[in-house]
Amino acid sequence: MAEISIRQVGKTYGKTTIMQGVDLEIHDGEFVVILGPSGCGKSTLLRLIAGLEEITAGEIAIAGEVVNNLEPRERGCAMVFQNYALYPHMTVSDNIGYALKVAGVPKAERMARIEATARSVGLVEFLDRKPGQLSGGQRQRVAMARAIIREPKVFLFDEPLSNLDAKLRVQMRHEIRRIHNAVGATSVFVTHDQNEGMTLADRLVIMNKGTIEQIGTPEEIYEHPASLYVAGFVGSPAMNILPGTVASSGLSVLLGDGQAVDIRSSFKARPGQLVQIGLRPEKLSITTKAHGLLAAKFQFFEELGSARIYHLEIEDIPVGVVSDLKLALTAGEEVGLAFPPSALHVFDGPSGRSLARAEAAGESRGTDASTTGLSMHGRLL
Amino acid sequence: MRRACFKFSWVAAALLVPQLLIIFVFFYWPSAQALYWAFTLEQPWGGGNTWVGLDNFRAILTDPYYWGSVRVSVIYALATTALAMGMALTLAVFVDRQLAGYRTWRVAIIWPYAVAAPAVGLAFQFVFNPGAGIFSFINAVAPGWWDLSRNAWQAVVAIIVAGAWKQVAYSFVFFLAALQSIPRSLIEAAAMDGARPLRRMFDLQMPLLTPTVFFLLVINITDSFTDSFGIVDTLTGGGPYRATDLMVYRIYSEGFKGMNYSGAAAQSVILMLLVMALTFVQFRYVERRVHYT
Repeated sequence: MAEISIRQVGKTYGKTTIMQGVDLEIHDGEFVVILGPSGCGKSTLLRLIAGLEEITAGEIAIAGEVVNNLEPRERGCAMVFQNYALYPHMTVSDNIGYALKVAGVPKAERMARIEATARSVGLVEFLDRKPGQLSGGQRQRVAMARAIIREPKVFLFDEPLSNLDAKLRVQMRHEIRRIHNAVGATSVFVTHDQNEGMTLADRLVIMNKGTIEQIGTPEEIYEHPASLYVAGFVGSPAMNILPGTVASSGLSVLLGDGQAVDIRSSFKARPGQLVQIGLRPEKLSITTKAHGLLAAKFQFFEELGSARIYHLEIEDIPVGVVSDLKLALTAGEEVGLAFPPSALHVFDGPSGRSLARAEAAGESRGTDASTTGLSMHGRLL
Repeated sequence: MRRACFKFSWVAAALLVPQLLIIFVFFYWPSAQALYWAFTLEQPWGGGNTWVGLDNFRAILTDPYYWGSVRVSVIYALATTALAMGMALTLAVFVDRQLAGYRTWRVAIIWPYAVAAPAVGLAFQFVFNPGAGIFSFINAVAPGWWDLSRNAWQAVVAIIVAGAWKQVAYSFVFFLAALQSIPRSLIEAAAMDGARPLRRMFDLQMPLLTPTVFFLLVINITDSFTDSFGIVDTLTGGGPYRATDLMVYRIYSEGFKGMNYSGAAAQSVILMLLVMALTFVQFRYVERRVHYT
């Protein structure tokens, strides 16, 4: 059993606080992906788990044992680094077997395990080469093999796929998931690529500025983003965001151009409250102006083959719609947008927290969300 | 390797001339002159010379004092290089691990390289002085035991220590740069693989340092053969009983004190050939063990 408990963990360098109050429970055998933009502290969190950095507040426990003061080698974690960190002067075989050599495993057993591990990642014919003679994908495999051979309780991945080209990345993604399923160790995977996060994770952890924004399954994160920040980070193309004000009735939101969007009574909104409405491009459909819940102006579309991304505008704010219908529209044409009530997200304007959730879960995470909401708003528009 | 080829141009030639002129005046000309003198008998106060063929070399190579000089030079070169590189590496590893106060130490350690050899010799003259130096306490315990000017082996140790002290700085700078160019993630990967600091040093840092070690080996050995004059002259003056009469110092004393220009020229030719041969051997046999990445 190797569950990881991260309790109120903080990290400061001198006077700079880069992480605080991080709580995270990772279950045994779970694949958790920590997702966030660069500089959000996700790699630091991973390094804190690995023991490569010392935590300055809180505690981390692996398999029930607090590891705050343990050296990396005593924590039972294996890590795959972003640049692979292969030992350049050793052969592939020596690279894979180094941990065993350090542990004093006899040579015969070591060679047998190297061979078996190399076979499992398709490296058998490269065992005598040096890392410099391998391609990016092969180096990646060596890095994986080096982690696997130790049969660790915990796998840590620090953006391991970011140096690969798109095709190889998808391939290695599958490989990693396959290995995780086969080995059954707990995996923590750090990335800034939402596709990797969504596809690999049992649970996603969205980080922002050294704190956790939301934890949930990829589906939960996608369907019920807890904040504007999460909504903007997950989903491609990005969620459409429209700023507005709650009408005096409290049942609809008035957009900048005077259009009203009906918000169901379940959204607890104060009249006059500044809010942001979120609509996923995949949930929108284009109809005639008369049938739509919102009026928009068509600009242009991008052809993806399987679908099209229609680019529209609602009072100068760009709105995307993904649809597999081949519509004949002319630029500037007025159309209507339809969506099911369940597709509607409403976020508090200043804080960026989701209104639907604000009443359900007593949010206790100390997020500096007021700036988050604004900055994400700026990025999306 | 790709090479660029340029057409001849007068501008390029004009830019090269000053440098070539300096090399010519201060290297090729004296070297050629020394080579010529080595085969002649030069009159001490000028005024013509006589071609004597290999007589100078024959005289040197049959002189037991010369072989003594070669012996002590080799001892000096090997000991200085080993001591200097060992110290430099140790210090660089400590500085690389950023132990407390490493910024101050870094500057302090680089400093000696800026000190001229005679100044080093003089400084160590004070250190080793049997009457007043730091080592004089030995004589307080065992009167008359420590004296550079009477005990040959003590004099040899003294010039080795002084020479190594001067060379530590140079090697240190290179070792530190090489250590710091090893990606951090490699060390971290080894830490994750269970290797402790000492193990990481032997398995990772040392092998990755081999190109630097090799370079420093060549430089240090060459240096200690050719650049020991200042230290010997100020510290021991070649004595006692020629115990520290290194090849370079012998060239000086033979040529400028003994007025035997031709003998000195022949010795400098031999020294040059010896250094070239040593460098060749190092490239031929030692470089094979170097990992270039």
